[in-house]
Amino acid sequence: MAGRGEAGSRGAGVRSDCWISVELRDRGGLELSVASKVASMYGERIRTQVADGCRALGLEHARVEVDDQGAVPFVLDARLECAARRADPGLSRVLLPEQRPCCAAPAARRRLRRTRLYLPGNQPKLFLNAGLHLPDGVILDLEDAVAPAEKDAARVLVRNALRVVDFGQAERMVRINQGARGLEDLDWVVPHNPHVILVPKVEDPAQVQAVAARIAAIRRKLKLAGDVFLMPIIESALGAWRAYEIAAADPSVIALAVGLEDYTADIGAPRTLEGRESFWARSQVVNGAVAAGVQPIDTVFTDVADEEGLRVSCAEARALGFVGKGCIHPRQIAAVHAAFAPSPDELAKAQRIVLAFEEAEAKGLGVVALGSKMIDAPVVKRAQGVIATALAVGLLPADWRTPDHEAAGNATAGNDGGAR
Amino acid sequence: MTKLVENAAGRLVPVEINGDPAVPFQGVGRHRPQGRKAAPPVRSCADYPVDGDKTVADLKTALQRAGLRDGMTIGSHHHLRNGDLVANQVFRAAAELGVRDLRWVPSAAFPCHAPLIELLESGVIHHIEGSMNGPLGDYCSQGRMRGMGVLRSHGGRWQAIQDGEVHIDIAVIAAPTADPFGNATGDRGPTACGLLGFALADSLYADHVIVVTDNLVPFPCIPWQIQGNNVDQVVVMDRIGDASKIVSGTTEITKSPDRLLIAELTARFCDEAGIVRDGFSFQAGAGGTALSFALFLRDIMRERRIKARFVRGGSTQYLVDMLEEGLTDYILDGQTFDLAGVRSMRENPGHVNTSPFTSYNWHGKGNFASLLDAVVLGATEVDVDFNANVVTHSDGRLLHGIGGWMNCLAGKCTILPVPSFRDRIPVLVDRVTTLCGPGELIDVVVTERGIAVNPLRQDLLGKLRGSSLPLRDLCDLKAEVEEIVGGPPAPPELGEKVVAAIKWVDGTVIDAVREVKG
Repeated sequence: MAGRGEAGSRGAGVRSDCWISVELRDRGGLELSVASKVASMYGERIRTQVADGCRALGLEHARVEVDDQGAVPFVLDARLECAARRADPGLSRVLLPEQRPCCAAPAARRRLRRTRLYLPGNQPKLFLNAGLHLPDGVILDLEDAVAPAEKDAARVLVRNALRVVDFGQAERMVRINQGARGLEDLDWVVPHNPHVILVPKVEDPAQVQAVAARIAAIRRKLKLAGDVFLMPIIESALGAWRAYEIAAADPSVIALAVGLEDYTADIGAPRTLEGRESFWARSQVVNGAVAAGVQPIDTVFTDVADEEGLRVSCAEARALGFVGKGCIHPRQIAAVHAAFAPSPDELAKAQRIVLAFEEAEAKGLGVVALGSKMIDAPVVKRAQGVIATALAVGLLPADWRTPDHEAAGNATAGNDGGAR
Repeated sequence: MTKLVENAAGRLVPVEINGDPAVPFQGVGRHRPQGRKAAPPVRSCADYPVDGDKTVADLKTALQRAGLRDGMTIGSHHHLRNGDLVANQVFRAAAELGVRDLRWVPSAAFPCHAPLIELLESGVIHHIEGSMNGPLGDYCSQGRMRGMGVLRSHGGRWQAIQDGEVHIDIAVIAAPTADPFGNATGDRGPTACGLLGFALADSLYADHVIVVTDNLVPFPCIPWQIQGNNVDQVVVMDRIGDASKIVSGTTEITKSPDRLLIAELTARFCDEAGIVRDGFSFQAGAGGTALSFALFLRDIMRERRIKARFVRGGSTQYLVDMLEEGLTDYILDGQTFDLAGVRSMRENPGHVNTSPFTSYNWHGKGNFASLLDAVVLGATEVDVDFNANVVTHSDGRLLHGIGGWMNCLAGKCTILPVPSFRDRIPVLVDRVTTLCGPGELIDVVVTERGIAVNPLRQDLLGKLRGSSLPLRDLCDLKAEVEEIVGGPPAPPELGEKVVAAIKWVDGTVIDAVREVKG
């Protein structure tokens, strides 16, 4: 057998990654050469890990070269496996790191999805601390953020990350590729407890159903417990046109997202900050999602340095009915959370309405009144929604009904015209 | 082989350094030397030009007239930072004069001084006592320097000179602007660097003081930080520094999301611990994380309409903005890092130059550092007892200077905002490779994974009860890091030879740096 493969990154500027080359041979055993930035601290452990990995992969005779820039163990494993696959495309064995308990939390259908942080699937450096920035979700991206030549490398790396990296409370999402490649991606990630699969560039409910069917097949075969949910992304005129059908395509769909870079290109309009060109599509996605009973999620805001622009964009998204937004940088997360949280005024008003409603209910009154004004059922429902959100994000304590905890600055609750 | 004893911190340290006896670290605040300070020789103005013109032709002439000879001690300073062109010329001139075995006592050495390795090899320089950054640190770590290196803090250098532990025979002071009498300032001129505080001790205690300038102005040079009455000779040179490497045009806050998170947590900690209040003070350096910390703190101060009484720099654009916005009454500046700082020092009466004497000297009658409400510092390693290392990497190599780091530990709340690991290298360890700061003086460690408060600071913990900040146990944080990086690092492979001694602020030896193998 002869064949050579290499994987990973080397050279100036590479950090927390490594480059591994595997050259298969017919005889001579394993020849290992390791250069590492952290040699004095971890050199021996790297040698042992790579040698053990080669044995697990069934590489008996090979020359393996490692150029390491401080890659953590799961990255070393991923690069070794990828290099070995490239050397021997028929390789059937895998090098699975042991699943850590932090990676075993099950998916939840209902939860906050205000922020989802995109992590390029082939850049391990960005994985390790992503959860510390407290996004509602992290997206390990196999699609646009990964160069075509590195798709195979990203699959191995993302799979290992799903088994090892502690993303904290964040929902664990993977964006797969389009078409057949995307379905193959599922074989790599579904067995490792992703909570949500993002399906890109959906224009047809059948695309969603194909993904759902493949996931179901994998789960049956491996007898997997727990749910894997879907978030289709609308990125074209046709997709926007069929938003409702797509959102309703399968019961595992929990949210519908819109991606405006591709959408604006599709309709041939320049993407502007004001976003008039995408108003219809965004509104269509919101309405399609809500009609199907799933969450509508807005596109990303791409200018990381423009904090004011992000704030305006989030306010607009919320005004249109979206419940979340994509983030391309951790520093966007807090701003998006703040924008999607109820304002102090909204919260105070909602508290007054809910208290009035509960009081009326307790008294057996059919009509809710706040001061001299009657309050309609939908207003109560909206107020209850605001309270639920505030409770979920910690803006209100669970015992907010006790007088001490009423929203600051609204001590006169109950006797003014709060429900305008 | 150097005799070693265990000091009060449990570290093996030499009892003799380059032939002189050394006192092992006794514990924080324990060592109280008696006696009188050192003093320069008596001089008479009759021996100096009555017209006040002390200029001489060139550096070589000045060194000759200063009586340069084998084995002398030369002081120089790092206010020109990596743009310094003077120190290399001093030793080249010494080499041309055939002098050998000089002891170089810079306030810090930079990568621009790498050419001096050649003169260490050829015997012109015997050894360096001062913080060694970059190639010189590597050279020393490899055990190639003939004498033992001695690393002191900025305050420690003043203390050593003042106490007579280091006698400077000849001080060469690079001055961005000076007059023929020797008055000098750093805040103007083509190579303006801000202030000259590091050179002040030498100007007071050295046997012979030479001022070197590339911007000679007629008497008087106003303002002066170096007083001409302490100066023997003035040398005019084409260029004393490379302006582009002295100060940066702009100082950058960090773009790393993790570092920003650490900086934000640090600012929130200061707020929630009750440190941020009207009339408070803080010190933050020019590192990316420290700068970002200052920005987050600024936002809190603006929002709550809080004004600081003073801020200690390392001044930068960001501190200058705070001063000019009225968020602080004063900047007490120890080192100026960018052009905005230099400009502000010239223009703002509230931007004041200081020195290691005012701020850091352990043997002074008090110092500014201990008045600070919060001090934010970096570290290469922190151990489970809150001990910290700032001079060596985890592989044992000597790569950073101490600067004012040790002296700042005297502040009321010392905070180390550090990543919990860099690439695969843990910053949180069982035992620091080199001890620079005893854990009892380090109050808080802020990492991207959480904030650890020293259990000795129950007062801080009390104030943070009910806080939403991610308060963690330092051991838990360390365990979490080790889980990520695949276990604790192997200890560095070090030789027997002690290549450098680390002096505590009082002049005792707190730790020793060993030769790195391989």
